[in-house]
Amino acid sequence: MKRRHFLQRAIPASVLPLFINNISVRAYARSPMLEMLTRAYVETDRVVVLIQMNGGNDGLNTVVPLDQYDNLANARGNILLPENRILKLADNDTVGLHPSMTGIRSLYDQGQVAIVQSVGYPDPSFSHFRATDIWLTAADSNQPLTTGWAGRYLKAEFPDFPSGYPNEGMPDPLALQIGSVLSTALQGPSSPMGMAISNPTDFYQLVSNTQGPTPDTPAGRALSFVREVAQQTQQYAGSIKQAAGRATNLSSQYPAAGQNPLADQLKIVAQLIAGGLKTRLYVVDIGGFDTHANQISTGGTYTGTHATLLGRLSGAIAAFQDDLTQLGVAERVVGMTFSEFGRRIRSNSSFGTDHGAAAPLFVFGASVNGGVLGTNPIISSQVSTGANVPMQIDFRSVYATLLQDWWGVSPDQQTAVLARQFPILPLFGSVVENPAPTPVQAALYQSYPNPFVGRTTVPFQATGDPVRIRVYDHTGREISTLVEGTFEPGKHEVPFETNEPGTYYCLMESGRYNQTTTMICAR
Amino acid sequence: MDRRDFLRSTIQPAQPKSKPEATIPRSASRAKPSARVSGDGLALYTGPWGTDQVIHLLRRTTFGATKRDVDLLKGELPWDAVHILLTAPSEAPEPPLNNYYNATYQDPTGVQPGTTWVTAPYGDGTVDSRRTTSFKSWWTGQMLNQSASIQEKMTLFWHNHFATATQTVGDARYVYQHNALLRSYALGNFKELTKKVTVDPAMLRYLNGYVSTKTAPDENYARELQELFTLGKGPDSNYTEDDVKAAARVLTGWRDSRTNINTYFDATRHDTTNKQFSSFYNDQVIQGRTGAAGAREVDDLVDMIFAQPEVAKFLCRRLYRWFVHYTIDEGVEENVITPLADILRNNDYEIRPVLFALFNSAHFFAADNVGGAIKNPIDYCVGLCRQFDVVFPGGNSVPDQYRMWDYLRFRAASMQMNLADPPNVAGWPAYWQEPGYYEIWINSDTLPKRVRLADTLISTTGYRNGNVTLIIDPLKFVAQFSNPGDPNLLVSDLIAYLFAISVSDEQKDVLKKTLLSGQTNDYYWTNAWVAYQTNPGDAMNRNIVRSRLQSLLKYLLDIAEYQLC
Repeated sequence: MKRRHFLQRAIPASVLPLFINNISVRAYARSPMLEMLTRAYVETDRVVVLIQMNGGNDGLNTVVPLDQYDNLANARGNILLPENRILKLADNDTVGLHPSMTGIRSLYDQGQVAIVQSVGYPDPSFSHFRATDIWLTAADSNQPLTTGWAGRYLKAEFPDFPSGYPNEGMPDPLALQIGSVLSTALQGPSSPMGMAISNPTDFYQLVSNTQGPTPDTPAGRALSFVREVAQQTQQYAGSIKQAAGRATNLSSQYPAAGQNPLADQLKIVAQLIAGGLKTRLYVVDIGGFDTHANQISTGGTYTGTHATLLGRLSGAIAAFQDDLTQLGVAERVVGMTFSEFGRRIRSNSSFGTDHGAAAPLFVFGASVNGGVLGTNPIISSQVSTGANVPMQIDFRSVYATLLQDWWGVSPDQQTAVLARQFPILPLFGSVVENPAPTPVQAALYQSYPNPFVGRTTVPFQATGDPVRIRVYDHTGREISTLVEGTFEPGKHEVPFETNEPGTYYCLMESGRYNQTTTMICAR
Repeated sequence: MDRRDFLRSTIQPAQPKSKPEATIPRSASRAKPSARVSGDGLALYTGPWGTDQVIHLLRRTTFGATKRDVDLLKGELPWDAVHILLTAPSEAPEPPLNNYYNATYQDPTGVQPGTTWVTAPYGDGTVDSRRTTSFKSWWTGQMLNQSASIQEKMTLFWHNHFATATQTVGDARYVYQHNALLRSYALGNFKELTKKVTVDPAMLRYLNGYVSTKTAPDENYARELQELFTLGKGPDSNYTEDDVKAAARVLTGWRDSRTNINTYFDATRHDTTNKQFSSFYNDQVIQGRTGAAGAREVDDLVDMIFAQPEVAKFLCRRLYRWFVHYTIDEGVEENVITPLADILRNNDYEIRPVLFALFNSAHFFAADNVGGAIKNPIDYCVGLCRQFDVVFPGGNSVPDQYRMWDYLRFRAASMQMNLADPPNVAGWPAYWQEPGYYEIWINSDTLPKRVRLADTLISTTGYRNGNVTLIIDPLKFVAQFSNPGDPNLLVSDLIAYLFAISVSDEQKDVLKKTLLSGQTNDYYWTNAWVAYQTNPGDAMNRNIVRSRLQSLLKYLLDIAEYQLC
């Protein structure tokens, strides 16, 4: 039996409805066999494709909380999507998708897309650069890190890299980016852990042994000579060419080259995966989401810049999935979209939205548990200009889940890569009965009184694992850490005090448990 | 006297007319069309004088164009800029030092740590090999610390021309003396230098002159003197095998002394008979001389060779291939080489007027002659460190300083340019091997090594050895430019400064996108830069700007354009 098949059987594919806020994700058991097998580097043919959406994507117009529609209409009337045009999901009538995302909707209905709600991190940064670095390095908000999360993972797996690579066991790039400058995500502790192919043109030149144009001057001739040698000596040129030669894209859904830059990139990724490249991680990107102004067109809020971008995203992903399926490799590929932040709840007067905080993201693939993870963000009837969607799920939980449940690294290694443990999300595998009955489940209960004036009490239940409970304001700023430490198993209480009226979010983390409640401080 | 007057006066004696083109005879064939020169020959360059021109001039005459030197020369008239470059520093550098001592190793001849070994006794093979490395490190240091002068690049030119190899010479003190000779004559008189090199102890050892006696004259040096050092093998160089034999007899009797670290003439080993030369030399006879006077036959021989017009042409071709381009077609030969050779002969083989005419010529600045060369490994390694102002340890720690100099020297050696050990007496093939010439430097082994060095220095950790780190500080580097907060300006400044050939608009957009992390609004970079400038101590602000600059610079250093000179 091939190990891939074994892994698939160890994590059966039957799926239950998944609501992270209502289910203790501790119930997602892992096979001890899997742990045992994770020695040296994990033999895996599982691939992750990261799709970076540069600029900060407006999550509320991407995944629309239909049960908040009236309040959204108050807060962002000038960019509000018409309710009748929002795409409905087969199994969920409170969550809708942007009208241009028909491709993703259809994949969702086939159970191949997980919508992860309100992904972010405490104390969000509103700077593109800093926020991008946070996402790529998996840092805390105030922690400067120079290595990427994927770079650290790959370094842990291939500690000697780049010395001695490529080799027989790993003849291919560990990670591959279509883009001129290597993503910070792939930066290892001492050297980059992946290679970049500048753009699709360069890829096709590499595969076909051709060069970009140079002037017919001595400098032009020297340049083309050096380029030729550079191409020949690209240490992975051979394996990439071979992989490209072994597979041809089969989907007819790809638009013509140049129409959809993301589709052009994903097309190459599909070809290389199908061609047998052992590369584990691909990074592609699509820009232009920084929609401060005119994110919709006056002809209709469901058209315009944002609609075009989401249409490209959706179309590219749909074509990519179709291609992977036809190529017979869909089961070993998972994709993840992300953007450095979402956008403000309230729109501005230039038909746009300013920098925000948490936002939904998509995890897609034939092996993904489809569904909606997490609950819709609550939009109040009175949204201030600075109000943001609060974080519900830490983005590092998504990484941790990819690392553990997709790539099969041990929890210890996952913790080493991400600096601490993050709750694992039920993105893969199925709910398995926990063989050892747990006497106490971790839980965060609704505070009381609520709404409150001055002081409220937060009840929670501990299991004996360390507990951390933090409070954020409506912009996502951390107000205080209520508890941090180990408690006796059982029920506990902690007070929260404030004189500032407003909406607060209380987040509890303990082991794999992760829960948010809302607290309203009244005047 | 102000500086410019002074600089002129130091050059003027060798410059018969006030403008370089005045010394050029107007050849009748000037109008003959050519692929590389349209007949302007050495006409004075009168085009624009901006950053591009200054950088081109500096790239060719120094190792890497530093921003400091670019700014210095941009403020001068072209004429004066060339004057500055053609002025050697007034003092010779301090000689190499004993950096090779350690807890378990002392110089066996008693040379104290941190003092020079160049006049010490030979000692033994072990210390000599350590001194040789010391010398090579030191030479690398001279190039790294060069001023805005062509001296170091000319010293390397002469080394490539009068090639010797430490492995054959076998005495680091000779090697140093030889190098000091080349450096002191870097901008001097070619004929004088040839006479000195002929009886230089390193050369006597390298080409067997020290064992050449009247009973067994050694033809090695006699041949290379004509074939490689003065006349070459061109169609107009018709010396004969008999001329080689006759010259060998002229050169008999010279010996070297390890005790005195010099050469001496041993009349008892000298062939005192008359030496008959061929019709190429107008049937000249060099009269045999007896006793100490026999040593003077070297002067007779060199004078006879330098009477041949081909000598000046040969050297000018060598200079042209070193400083301009390897392609010498009919037009270049007639309109550039021939007039340059005339200048050389008219100035009795002084080098400076030739370089002066060349670097002031429209031909040198012609679009075709910009960026058409490929950096040699020394130019690449030393130029990279100079251009990015990589800080090396100072003289207060000689072992650290030499170790880091040697790191760079070793990198260049691994890229096939081992300083002071060229592959053979013809020097590095990149300057003579048809048809590849400079392209010989770039292959599947050497190109990745170049890229790896740049990647190491631009990385967050740099190159660390002991407690010393060589690293490019991207913040300090870009702060030199006019407005680093403007991403368009910064990208175009970097391209102009780092590349001899411009890049497409599409590529510029890609570069800008790097600074902007994929954002579409320029002010995000501006804001990040301003935030850093306002509070440079803030680690987060600094990190945001630095990581993007590192990515951008890594990209720029890794692409083919950076290999061009």
